[in-house]
Amino acid sequence: MTETLFLADDDATADLGRRIAAVLRPGDLVLLEGDLGAGKTALARTIVRTLVGDERLDVPSPSFALVQPYEAKGHPVLHADLYRLTSPHEVDELGLFDRTDAIVLVEWPERSDEVRQQATAQVMLSVPRGGAGRNASVAFVDGRGF
Amino acid sequence: MRVLGIETSCDETAASIVERDAAGRATILSNVVRSQLEEHAPYGGVVPELAARAHVSHLDRIIAKAAETAGVKLDEVDAIAATAGPGLIGGVLVGLTTAKALAAALGKPLIAVNHLEAHALTARLTDGIAFPYLMLLVSGGHSQFVLVRGVGDYERWGTTIDDALGEAFDKVAKLLGLGNPGGPEVEKMAAKGDPRRFNFPRPLLKEARLDFSFSGLKTAVRLAAEQAAPLTDQDVADICASFQRTVAEIVATRARSALQKYAAELPGQPLRLVVAGGVAANKAIGAALREAAAASGAELIIPPIPLCTDNGAMVAWAGAERLALGSSDRLDISAKARWPLDSEDMGLNHAA
Repeated sequence: MTETLFLADDDATADLGRRIAAVLRPGDLVLLEGDLGAGKTALARTIVRTLVGDERLDVPSPSFALVQPYEAKGHPVLHADLYRLTSPHEVDELGLFDRTDAIVLVEWPERSDEVRQQATAQVMLSVPRGGAGRNASVAFVDGRGF
Repeated sequence: MRVLGIETSCDETAASIVERDAAGRATILSNVVRSQLEEHAPYGGVVPELAARAHVSHLDRIIAKAAETAGVKLDEVDAIAATAGPGLIGGVLVGLTTAKALAAALGKPLIAVNHLEAHALTARLTDGIAFPYLMLLVSGGHSQFVLVRGVGDYERWGTTIDDALGEAFDKVAKLLGLGNPGGPEVEKMAAKGDPRRFNFPRPLLKEARLDFSFSGLKTAVRLAAEQAAPLTDQDVADICASFQRTVAEIVATRARSALQKYAAELPGQPLRLVVAGGVAANKAIGAALREAAAASGAELIIPPIPLCTDNGAMVAWAGAERLALGSSDRLDISAKARWPLDSEDMGLNHAA
């Protein structure tokens, strides 16, 4: 089941992030898709902050570092960005699948079929014409509600 | 003393041998950087070969070349330094493990270097400046103000809450269909454009904090490009020029505030602003910083660009600075993906 919603502003994005974080479990892999500037990192920021339990945590863009690791309650949270990858096999070296109890958020997953196949949830963000707000769709592979 | 420095924390594979004399003066005996060998340009995030495997296949040859160019045998160096973080953990592990192996095999001290510390101390390598000073690091992965009080003694005054400045340049280039590396491409186009045609937002600038936010700016550029579509070359040039003017103003405004804070918190100390990171190569940002420094009565130090971007010499130098203070690290020190400069374990010997 796919839920679609309109995010009017940053607060609405943050609220969606908190709702998604509330139902994530160790082992989940969430795809974050959308063009440059669609709000993938902003959404990931709230998810990470909620999972870690720190509303003020620094959550910088992972584009340059490829993976930003965090520690939630007892399990790792990995925030990855495949934007700069040029070859799908480079994903093997990012360690995204090293820990079965990790919660993994992946921006630009289009770069890797392997990552897409292992996803347990998919979030798509887009900018409506005119640029105000964001359209979001969220789907969990197991049909989980959130 | 002579120190071998190894840098593998992100895209770059680099090694260098630096000599530090008793008075603290530096001589770079060699400085080998893979992307320069392969003719890539400056700024952040440009080398497409990202994987740890690439570091593995290049590092031995780059270290050998650094030794050969310096005319120094590896067993003649006094210590082996390597970046131990922050960065992509696979790459960091390649450099740090190589350094540990060399240190153990040659019986030399190991110095684990924080990549950001290496940037922070570069101005002492190139210009021999004294502590304290203010550093602005602007690269593909980082945008931050740091008060540098001494070796291992740092205070972060502001950072980016989302995208780094070099990343913003790269993404704007991508949005506009310009080539890679994005920074120099945007700068080239900006030279032909009207910097006043578009008014882009300046996130956070009304707040007193010294943090940066460049993510919203990227979105604003995207909307401007959509509204002006189909884009002529002149439109692209105007967007680039307006974007560049905006970020230069943001950086200059923040630099003025940071220098004010410096003057207030360290009265009587000379005002010095040191710039590091590949974005230092951007002439508009350099000019804006020169103006800000002059208006604040501060001295501005921008090391040569090949030493502002990731390189081995800065790591060797940071290692030499630590070694000169009697600081070295145990062979079981671990690599760190995250390692802010004001972490508790940044002191000498990295004891927490």
